[in-house]
Amino acid sequence: MMEMTAPGSITRIMLHVLYALIPGIIAYVIFFGWGVVINIIIAVITALTVEVVMLLLRKRPIKPYIMDGSAVVTAVLLALALPNLAPWWLIFIGVSFAIIVGKHLYGGLGYNPFNPAMIGYALLLISFPLEMTIWLQPDNTLSFAQSLNYALFSTLNNIDIDAMTMATTLDTVKTQSGLGQSFAAIQASAPAVFGQFAGKGWEWINLAFLLGGLWLLYRRVISWQIPVAFIGSIFIMSLLFYPFTETSPIYHLFGGATMLCAFFIATDPVTASTTPTGRLIYAAGIGVFAYIIRMWGGYPDGIAFGVLLMNMAAPTIDYYTRPKAFGEST
Amino acid sequence: MQDKLNSIPVRKTQWKFHGGLKLAGHKKQSMQTGIATAIVPEQLIIPLQQHIGRPAKPVITIGDKVLKGQCIATLKDPTSITAAIHAPSSGEVIAIETHAIPSMNRQTANCIIIKTDGEDRWLPSIKPVDNPTSLSSDTLKQLIIEAGIVGLGGAGFPTHLKLTAETKPLDTLIINAAECEPYITCDAVLIEEQADKIIQGIQIILHTIGIQHCLIGIEDDKPQAIQALQKALATINNHTIQLIQIPTRYPAGGEKQLIQVLTGKEVPLNKLPHDIGIVCHNIATVHAVTEAIKEGKPLIERVVTVTGDKLQQPKNMRVLIGTPMQDVLNECGYTESNDQSLIMGGPMMGIHLDSADYPVIKTTNCILVRKKQKQPVALPCIRCGECARVCPANLLPQQLYWYTRAKDLDRVQDYQIFSCIECGCCDYVCPSHIPLVQFYRYAKTEIWTQEADRKKSDHARERHEYRQFRLERKKAEDAERKAKKKALLNKKQGIKTPEQDSKKAAIEAALKRVKERQSEQAAIAKNTEGLTDEQQKKIDEVEQRRKNKLQKEKLNTKLEDN
Ligand code: SF4
Ligand code: SF4
Repeated sequence: MMEMTAPGSITRIMLHVLYALIPGIIAYVIFFGWGVVINIIIAVITALTVEVVMLLLRKRPIKPYIMDGSAVVTAVLLALALPNLAPWWLIFIGVSFAIIVGKHLYGGLGYNPFNPAMIGYALLLISFPLEMTIWLQPDNTLSFAQSLNYALFSTLNNIDIDAMTMATTLDTVKTQSGLGQSFAAIQASAPAVFGQFAGKGWEWINLAFLLGGLWLLYRRVISWQIPVAFIGSIFIMSLLFYPFTETSPIYHLFGGATMLCAFFIATDPVTASTTPTGRLIYAAGIGVFAYIIRMWGGYPDGIAFGVLLMNMAAPTIDYYTRPKAFGEST
Repeated sequence: MQDKLNSIPVRKTQWKFHGGLKLAGHKKQSMQTGIATAIVPEQLIIPLQQHIGRPAKPVITIGDKVLKGQCIATLKDPTSITAAIHAPSSGEVIAIETHAIPSMNRQTANCIIIKTDGEDRWLPSIKPVDNPTSLSSDTLKQLIIEAGIVGLGGAGFPTHLKLTAETKPLDTLIINAAECEPYITCDAVLIEEQADKIIQGIQIILHTIGIQHCLIGIEDDKPQAIQALQKALATINNHTIQLIQIPTRYPAGGEKQLIQVLTGKEVPLNKLPHDIGIVCHNIATVHAVTEAIKEGKPLIERVVTVTGDKLQQPKNMRVLIGTPMQDVLNECGYTESNDQSLIMGGPMMGIHLDSADYPVIKTTNCILVRKKQKQPVALPCIRCGECARVCPANLLPQQLYWYTRAKDLDRVQDYQIFSCIECGCCDYVCPSHIPLVQFYRYAKTEIWTQEADRKKSDHARERHEYRQFRLERKKAEDAERKAKKKALLNKKQGIKTPEQDSKKAAIEAALKRVKERQSEQAAIAKNTEGLTDEQQKKIDEVEQRRKNKLQKEKLNTKLEDN
């Protein structure tokens, strides 16, 4: 029995993660409207329900496990990764799959080898490619009620949905450059998707996630190795290939889900590498894969697959990066 | 005086150890008053083993009258790992029987029970020496043996065994005055009151070992103790004894951690400090050495911190060894109740006791009474790595835990479980509130048991082989005797024998047979691949039985298996 313990708990960690997401969510709402909030609400309700059912089925105590907050974090992260104009069933399927298959079938929190949110995301991307690409454009005029209406009934009534949606910045660049366009030409032809230095809206959302992430670092909820190695590897990759891809490191760092991944997704401790050196390798690996898939793969962003690939490698990385025990190096 | 004080610099250390914790000290409460002297109890319960090693051998019998300071149990020879024990007060030996002793798993052990007569009459068994440095190293060591001194910091290793160089010549004596566990202040108050004796003790030990260089490591949250030591050092004008202030960080008082903090050296894995020329003694031990040699007083009492939020008068007390904890607690305003826990030692590494019916022993540095802590439900490990961040042994506690749960003891050893000092830092920070140290203790015991089992079977095989050899030899000898008889008979009858040295030949043949069999067996033992199915099956069965036994051993945790 331990007489003295630190005040930490899983709940505290998860709450910190949720707080740290707030600036990013606010930025998201400012640029894209309420869609993301509706995503989050549906995802959280689904997650909690599914979690309780699974705990009941697995005969686990409900209270300590639901209070740990991990299901909520999974739900919010997945909701943030989904298109901001998503029907409820898409979210429901994604979150249920994440919690049931991604987590409980492996034995629950702590035993899952793959990041549950990314498992859910990957499933949706493969199964519902169309729904996964309907993104609202920045500065749309959709109200909360309208967004909710779409989420529940998949219709915007009299509004023309095509006028409201478009491909994301990463998507546009990828399809256009696939057609042989230069980056400058793409920028000129689709001014709506570009902002000051990266994707319109996305640049500020990324900045806000960076802010929240720095706070997590400051509160020692996450360790520095993963964000630094991930951001570093994206930076180096984009710098190396700048001459060929014409997309700058800044564009990559503040585009897509880079910062969300750096501080919130790749840092999921359960599925990441657990040794300090291992974490550097693990996160750098995600960066490399994410960049490759982002630029040359079949999907607009490669983060989910990068994370899942490195999840698989994590146990091996851990084994080979055991730090030297006291006195072992002498 | 001020000038002199200034001339003894307190060096700050430039090194640190990996991990560790900044803990709330809780030290003030027991330092309000000086060291009090506990009342001589009616009964003293003196375990024959209060130290690492073997129990001492009683030299008195039931009914004997003993005097304070009289040796009542001793060691067979000076190299054995044990320590002499003395009567802490005068009285009568009323029993030598088993009694509960403070230990991790509620052990009982043989104890000498003395009914005190209240007269506290003294038997000067050791002759006080005024000028110890005039004595030879061996004489001093003999005196320390006679005084029954053991390490008073916690482990209780017999002190006399740490006064000689074993494998490498010693060059540095380190005095542990870190006292890094919360609540405990017995060393700090002892320094404040007896700094002179401590410095004298250091000189005696340096002389005994035959070295000059000494580092005293003390945490920087004890300014008064530091000052007292500075003063004492100033009077002896010896610059080979250095006082070094180290940052207050648990577990700075861990032997290997302290060595690293003071010298920057890491004791190599599976090695001891003396392998790098260092020997450590606790500051209270050093004080006991002075008392033994200069005052002829064997180790019959020690300073104990009696403290905790649940005591009305926490304080430090000079307590006779063998005093029931109940008696000590009674002097500090203790009331029994169910909502408090009783601990011997500090909150991080101490031993939980189920009652106060235990004697104070040589290693009892603290009796702690705290409000019972709510034990949160242990959740699964989320591999956050906090434990690894704080582990002073630089291990991966999460991996140790993982493989212990998986009963993969080989992996557990790969991850260097035997470097774990059971400091509890990992437990302290774990957000899942997993009782990690319990798992490590379990794993260590499990590995030891397996090792012992294996040794036992090795031993049995050796015994068997020896028996074979004996039988063969006997056969040979018999044959030879017969041959001799025959030869004798033949001689009588005038027949010559072709073989005169048949004895040698017969024995050689026997030996050869034994050797052949041995190498056959060795071949079987080594060649696990060439096993027959049946052999493999048998081995598997044994293995399975062993595994089942492991599984039966319920881990002491509420965590369910997934
Ligand atoms: S601190 Fe606890 S939860 Fe975190 S890695 Fe260590 S054992 Fe696992
Ligand atoms: S108890 Fe062992 S594993 Fe845990 S921090 Fe201390 S040395 Fe490391």
